[in-house]
Amino acid sequence: MNTPSIGQPLDRIDGWLKVTGGARYSAEIPVSGVVHGVLIRSTIANGRVAAMDIAAAEKLPGVLAVLTPFNAPRLPDKPGGVNDPRGGRRISVLQNDRVFYYNQPIGVALAETFERAVHAAELVNVRYDEQPPLVDLLSNESRAYAPRPPISRDRPVDQSRGDAASALADAAARVETTYFEPVENHNPMEPHATTAVWETPERLTVYDATQGIHNTRHRLANIFGLPPDHVRVICYFLGGGFGSKGPVWEHTALAALCAQKLGRPVKIALSRQGMFNNTGFRPELYQRIAFGADADGRLVAQRHECLQHNSMIDEFVESASVVTRMLYQCPHNYSSHRLVRLNIGTPSYMRAPGEASGTFALEGGMDELAYELKIDPVEFRLRNHADTDPSENDKPWSSKHLKECYQLGAEKFGWAKHNPHPRSMRTADGRWLVGYGMATASYPTRRSPSSAVARLLADGTALVQAGTQDLGTGTYTIMTQIAADALGLPVWKIRFELGDTLFPETPGSGGSQTAASTGSAVFNACTALKQRLVELAVNDLRSPLHGKSPGDVNVVNGRIQLVDFSVNGGSEPRQDNWIGETFADVVQRTGQPFVEVKADFKPANGEKFSMHSFGAQFCEVHVDSDLGRIRVARWTGVFAPGKILNAKTARSQLIGGIIYGIGMALLEETVYDKRDGRIVNPNLAEYHVPVNADVPQMEIAFVEEEDPHINPIGVKGIGEIGITGVCAALANAVFHATGKRVRELPITLDKLLG
Amino acid sequence: MNPFTYSRATDGNAALSELAAANGQAKLLGGGTNLIDLMKMGVEQPKKLIDINRLAPLAKIEELPGGGLRLGALSRNSDVAEHPLVRERYPVLSQALLAGASPQLRNMATTGGNLLQRTRCYYFYDPAFPACNKRQPGSGCGALEGFNRIHAILGQSDQCIATHPSDMCVALAALEAVVRVQGPKGEREIPFGEFHTLPGEHLENDTVLGKDELITAVDLPAAPWVKHSHYLKVRDRASYTFALVSVAAVLEIDGGTIKQARIALGGVAHKPWRAKEAEQKLAGSRADEAAFRAAADAALAGAKGYKYNSFKIELARRAIVRALGTLAGTPRSA
Ligand SMILES: Cc1cc2nc3c(=O)[nH]c(=O)nc-3n(C[C@H](O)[C@H](O)[C@H](O)COP(=O)(O)OP(=O)(O)OC[C@H]3O[C@@H](n4cnc5c(N)ncnc54)[C@H](O)[C@@H]3O)c2cc1C
Repeated sequence: MNTPSIGQPLDRIDGWLKVTGGARYSAEIPVSGVVHGVLIRSTIANGRVAAMDIAAAEKLPGVLAVLTPFNAPRLPDKPGGVNDPRGGRRISVLQNDRVFYYNQPIGVALAETFERAVHAAELVNVRYDEQPPLVDLLSNESRAYAPRPPISRDRPVDQSRGDAASALADAAARVETTYFEPVENHNPMEPHATTAVWETPERLTVYDATQGIHNTRHRLANIFGLPPDHVRVICYFLGGGFGSKGPVWEHTALAALCAQKLGRPVKIALSRQGMFNNTGFRPELYQRIAFGADADGRLVAQRHECLQHNSMIDEFVESASVVTRMLYQCPHNYSSHRLVRLNIGTPSYMRAPGEASGTFALEGGMDELAYELKIDPVEFRLRNHADTDPSENDKPWSSKHLKECYQLGAEKFGWAKHNPHPRSMRTADGRWLVGYGMATASYPTRRSPSSAVARLLADGTALVQAGTQDLGTGTYTIMTQIAADALGLPVWKIRFELGDTLFPETPGSGGSQTAASTGSAVFNACTALKQRLVELAVNDLRSPLHGKSPGDVNVVNGRIQLVDFSVNGGSEPRQDNWIGETFADVVQRTGQPFVEVKADFKPANGEKFSMHSFGAQFCEVHVDSDLGRIRVARWTGVFAPGKILNAKTARSQLIGGIIYGIGMALLEETVYDKRDGRIVNPNLAEYHVPVNADVPQMEIAFVEEEDPHINPIGVKGIGEIGITGVCAALANAVFHATGKRVRELPITLDKLLG
Repeated sequence: MNPFTYSRATDGNAALSELAAANGQAKLLGGGTNLIDLMKMGVEQPKKLIDINRLAPLAKIEELPGGGLRLGALSRNSDVAEHPLVRERYPVLSQALLAGASPQLRNMATTGGNLLQRTRCYYFYDPAFPACNKRQPGSGCGALEGFNRIHAILGQSDQCIATHPSDMCVALAALEAVVRVQGPKGEREIPFGEFHTLPGEHLENDTVLGKDELITAVDLPAAPWVKHSHYLKVRDRASYTFALVSVAAVLEIDGGTIKQARIALGGVAHKPWRAKEAEQKLAGSRADEAAFRAAADAALAGAKGYKYNSFKIELARRAIVRALGTLAGTPRSA
């Protein structure tokens, strides 16, 4: 048999390219004659651009044009086009003079060099008709409205089962409080960038840093009134995205517009500052919760009401209450989402949108209730374990191993050893308070239709293609592994290609669905290709396997071999190494350069099962008893996310998710000046993401899980579950250390000084 | 970024005459880690950059007769921090430097440039904010009623509540260093405490250095007792960020009694803040927590906070007590 590649901690197959600089990110792909575009960004948050004086900028040598709302070409006003809110994120593309938020692109300076374009952009003098902006969420709560359904793909905005209000009134123990989180920005290492090239007046190629090349293709096709197959989008490598590179934002459409206007390729690469407000972010969010339990520690009611801000032009819901609807068995449950329009950019998906924030309030509230009831937090969760999905009429789970995660996590972490009383533990030198905290992790298994093509070449190697993306997560690697096992080839005989809309269409890389969806398509294509090759062999007179049944052969290392089932009554089939032939033989005999199969994956069983990953997060924090400094001392995360395709990239994803959560919990906050809506800290010096010194020793473990219902490869996806529960685990640990509940992120030291 | 010319100075006098000829329109380029950043932001708009990195004599770290040390203006922050004599005689300086920025930045950053790095006040750093008296005299202070979490609590005025961000300078203040400067009229020495200014009439200047002057070195006076020194930096993340509050503490203790003390605070004022009242309280008292608390109270007696930074007053107090306690080796009381 082949040693299966799936599950092995295979090194990234693109790692070598990355560390040698051979991997070309979108902005690095050389395009001859490219013009550099630099955005001119609004310095007000509400009003109109009254006038833009571009004379000085245009006079600079090397400056080709300065596009403004007053001189930009008009885009076709068509369904799905720039003015149609259903087309994707609402963007202006210089089609009007309105300013809805600070930093909004209001012009593009175009020059032969980047430096000239920067200078030209600075020389443009802008006059505004300024209106006072709405910036503060709470003081504008009276303007809250219910968003358009659905949220979180297919969920209602509000959901109610039972009668939460009266059950809460009767509960033996109750927690009622508010959890808050500020705006957080994704800040992927690679800034957003697009280079647009009009190959002909009707055909557009863009090199885009995007999590969804097909999405970009459709959006640009709509905006420019082109058939989709006249737009080609390429993205071979991404330096992270975390959701921010999901939608098509201003700069992408602007690059294409400018290129059309100039008749030359145009590149627009955003500065770090340019990304703030313009590429999505997690919205400011108040989560008002009320949880009640009976004296035995069983939840009787949960209320979870969310209030967030939204932009003036579009709508995005951070679906934070959805996880509260499903995570625990609870008869009475009410949850809702309300939005307030402010003069702030449009929020968008950010790593586990909904779940990352929702589990902060849910799992914080659960910890509070456990303390109220004097029940161990793990035990409390076990008592309220949901054996079926309460949010979907008790539909069965396709698989669930949450109890095992708690158990293994508690064991590995040493949970039982701690004294549950707040402020009861200290480090040896007495200066640091020690706190233990835990929380449940949960993320839905998302799947979308996807497709892939697999080719066996005459030299016996395979070329597999899918129009997907590698965010830096390891897509190239895991797809190669899936293909290798499905075909019966060693990984080195597989070449997997992605990042081009010429390849079969796949969903965007978001919602942790790439492995589950495109992985399944790759599996289907490769499995079908193997079958096809076997059929070609057994049906061919020239093959040594001619006349055999496809069931009587297997494939080892690219060789189709006869299997002898006569030994031991068939229980241990013996391979016959003498009768058989290689894939290469089969392909060569066809006289064609390759044998190709294209296949699709279509999600099934969604009506029958509720599909989620689960996990348990445990952490230890040390809090400086005088100065309030918080250090995360260690972390144990145990997850049951279906089949693990690659032990190394899986671990990296989970560690990455947890670190992202540490940032969210302790450090990150995009600060808006409430007086004028300007962003105070749009840079990586003042917007604090975790550095190495903030990251503890991490232990990641998996509970083995076979799920036959989700897809042919049993994969649930692991991009986002890692961050869920992290904020709560940390806040709970800080409470255990200090006796202080901090429900307001980020948990900075000033909040612990009092 | 505005267009500018660039020249590389080959000797100190040439640099000085270029500087004088530019009539205040030129800037000297050290490591560039602050200046280039500010030029990109459009905050600094020099017409000319005079690169002084080839002035080899300024890169030296030399022992002075009598036990002091001279840090050339171009000595790199990393080299100073790791220099054996700095570590041995002035540990507070080494610690302060290592607590600042990142290794990559410290490898570039120079002693002279560090002295002159500008405030990280958001309203100063980003010209999208219209009000900043330091950037645009007379335009107001954006921070006063804005987001002022990192701002000053001591010695500020309503015109400016910015802080000086340097860690190194806090240690130099406690060490009573001397800044050596060369200008058209020759050399002069500026005691460290007089080098940086408090917000006054000319907010655009952070120091008393003339636009036509070059820093040549920083002298660390000989004082064997300053060996007993410590730098504590309190910040929002574990590394790679500016201080919310920092303390440079130097103590001479004899038989449990403090003979003399020096305390300087960072992150709290427009300049590295020397807490002389605290030092006076400590001199002659026992090295115990009560004395440290009294000193901390004295240091913060005149402090004033704003909407987002009032916590710094208590934080600074506790940081002083902690730094002194660490230095004195006193056990912490529960
Ligand atoms: C992301 C980031 C984080 C940082 N974190 C910290 C931190 O935590 N703590 C900290 O203390 N600092 C920190 N810094 C600041 C850093 O220490 C300073 O940028 C550095 O010390 C400046 O030195 P330089 O040589 O690069 O100066 P430059 O940028 O070259 O120059 C700064 C100024 O000094 C002038 N100048 C330079 N040399 C001379 C001279 N010999 N004579 C006269 N004028 C001169 C220049 O004209 C310019 O006006 C950080 C910086 C960054 C970018």
